[in-house]
Amino acid sequence: MALSDTINHDLRTLFHEGRKVLDEGGAGIVNAYREEAFAAFEKAGGIPCGTEEYRYTDLLPVFGREYAAVLKRETLRPSDLNDAFRCAARDLAAWTVLTLNGHGCENNAREDLPDGVIVCSLREAALQHGDLLAKHYNRYTFPGQKDSLVFLNTAFAQDGVFVYIPDGVVLERPLQLINFLRGERDLMTFQRNLIVVGKRAEARIVVCEHTLSDHYFLLNAVTELRLEEGAKTDYYQVQNQYLGTALINSLFVSQQRDSFFESNTATLYGGLIRNNQYVRLEGAGGTCNLYGVYILDKSQHADTCTYVEHAAPDCTSRQHFKGVLDDASIANFSGCVRVEPHAQRTESFQANNNLLLTDTARINSKPQLIIDADDVKCSHGATVGQMDEEALFYLRSRGIGETEARTMLMFGFAHDVIRRVKLEPLREEIDELIEKRLRGELSKCHNCIMQCKK
Amino acid sequence: MSLLQIKNLHANVEGKEILKGVDLEVKAGEVHAIMGPNGAGKSTLSAVLAGRERFEVTAGTVEFNGKELLALPAEERAREGIFLSFQYPVEIPGVSTVNFLKTAVNEIRKYRGQPPYPAGEFLKMIREKMELVGIDSKLLNRSLNEGFSGGEKKRNEIFQMAVLEPLLSILDETDSGLDIDALRTVARGVNQLKRPDNATIVITHYQRLLDYIVPDVVHVLYDGQIVKTAGKELVAELEQKGYDWIKNETKGK
Repeated sequence: MALSDTINHDLRTLFHEGRKVLDEGGAGIVNAYREEAFAAFEKAGGIPCGTEEYRYTDLLPVFGREYAAVLKRETLRPSDLNDAFRCAARDLAAWTVLTLNGHGCENNAREDLPDGVIVCSLREAALQHGDLLAKHYNRYTFPGQKDSLVFLNTAFAQDGVFVYIPDGVVLERPLQLINFLRGERDLMTFQRNLIVVGKRAEARIVVCEHTLSDHYFLLNAVTELRLEEGAKTDYYQVQNQYLGTALINSLFVSQQRDSFFESNTATLYGGLIRNNQYVRLEGAGGTCNLYGVYILDKSQHADTCTYVEHAAPDCTSRQHFKGVLDDASIANFSGCVRVEPHAQRTESFQANNNLLLTDTARINSKPQLIIDADDVKCSHGATVGQMDEEALFYLRSRGIGETEARTMLMFGFAHDVIRRVKLEPLREEIDELIEKRLRGELSKCHNCIMQCKK
Repeated sequence: MSLLQIKNLHANVEGKEILKGVDLEVKAGEVHAIMGPNGAGKSTLSAVLAGRERFEVTAGTVEFNGKELLALPAEERAREGIFLSFQYPVEIPGVSTVNFLKTAVNEIRKYRGQPPYPAGEFLKMIREKMELVGIDSKLLNRSLNEGFSGGEKKRNEIFQMAVLEPLLSILDETDSGLDIDALRTVARGVNQLKRPDNATIVITHYQRLLDYIVPDVVHVLYDGQIVKTAGKELVAELEQKGYDWIKNETKGK
């Protein structure tokens, strides 16, 4: 049997045999979609293998590992994790929400949140806010129907984080979601988040990924984000794990009229990280900015796949992703902008710039524009280059040694994206992480107690 | 005392010989002007002195402050006290001017066995030097040279020179692209930085800058060699008669 068949067979067994436990861990509408989703996963041929979307991403080594699947929810209190971890960006003054292996912690909801704001685990939401969940859960993932891993998530996901911000509420403090992976053995886990930002409501969300033990992990996470009319959301992701972690991270954003969405993703460390970002601009006047930076070395692998659909007129989308690749690392960028026939006066810009430090590092950059409207302004560009020798000489001619000069140039290259992070403490923290990362001094956040062996 | 002593310097770029035996001596406290027509090798000379690797030195020696300069990489030449003001300063996105300067100053101090500049005093020193060359303190937090106007870039070069306090400054066509006010400011900065223990080489096409930075010695570089050396009166003569008479004089030899 081919490895992919074995994997699909094992997933099938796991799904059917674990069904009862899955339903116990999930609740309400979350369980209602399972059967249909798993059928769709199988209909799509199981895990992606050689499909166009995963042409340069071999998932078999990651899925082929012997994992224990995390089906049974663990009861956990935030204090259990606070002992193990303290975020270095303390000035962020954020409301923090913790998850472990895809499950929300108890007592996550904060009493000092503004009236009407809900922050809880997805399971809790399914039990207590069934109507909200029924209205939004799994409603925004359809642009990802080519990716069977999204179906796999819907089939297996039990929990995650639910955030609801009522109309007109502006969250003064950022909301920080910290996702931990920790296990006694290698784990495959799923996480499902749902965030609804009401009309003219505003939120800033920071999502951090951390690993707390040095086992192999495969986390399949799906986040749905609904922005109602005039809503504004800044969404930051800091991915700082370790070489034994595989993260399949799909974000679906549904944007209504005049809404604003901006994301900035810093991929600093991980074995295999795939960031899928699907944005649908469904109402006129929407703005979507997707930014990101990936810094890779050794044999790390990072994919950035964006799908921005202009389904309404007068919307603007901007994308800028930059990467620094060392050793034998691999990155893929695939950026698709689709302009539907009636989406007139669309403005869309996309750029992907890469710095290759060795002959063995690889980048596949694939910008795509599909335009079916005639009054649009669209551009895209991709560059792959080496260090700028002129700039290097300029720095050296001021007394700066070559190694330091190279680090400064790489930092500057990455900072070009990070400077757009509007939360100052976060921006400073990411800058610092990147600088240490480039100097090879650090492979994780400062205060992480884990000493990775792999 | 001789600060810089160039003897019979030959240099190639991409196999083509540009410098064909340059001899030049600069003493501490002096200002030298190197003039000459386009393509004479003026910028090549400055690049070779600063340590640009794409220029290949095929013969000759350069002694700087008692050391064999050509054996040192660019960064060590800078730490020894060579400063090149670029004709086209490079834009470096994402690196703020202030961080760049702090790194440069501290790398130079480390080389000299000094501790890093105390943070509070560093900013004070920076502000003093900014006033000297009349540049806006807003530039400090902007990316180095990025989006700077031509004049701002040149002022920024002189500002860096003021901060790094080199022994030998080489100003490569610093006057190109400057309006008269910027030219005056730049020249005033250079003049104020003049000390008995440092020296300046001004490379230029025109008399303009030399009205403000008055040289002690003027050289004409032509076809890869210094073909004429005289006092400051040569500047006016060149301005009046052009370079052709020197070309003819050289051919006649």
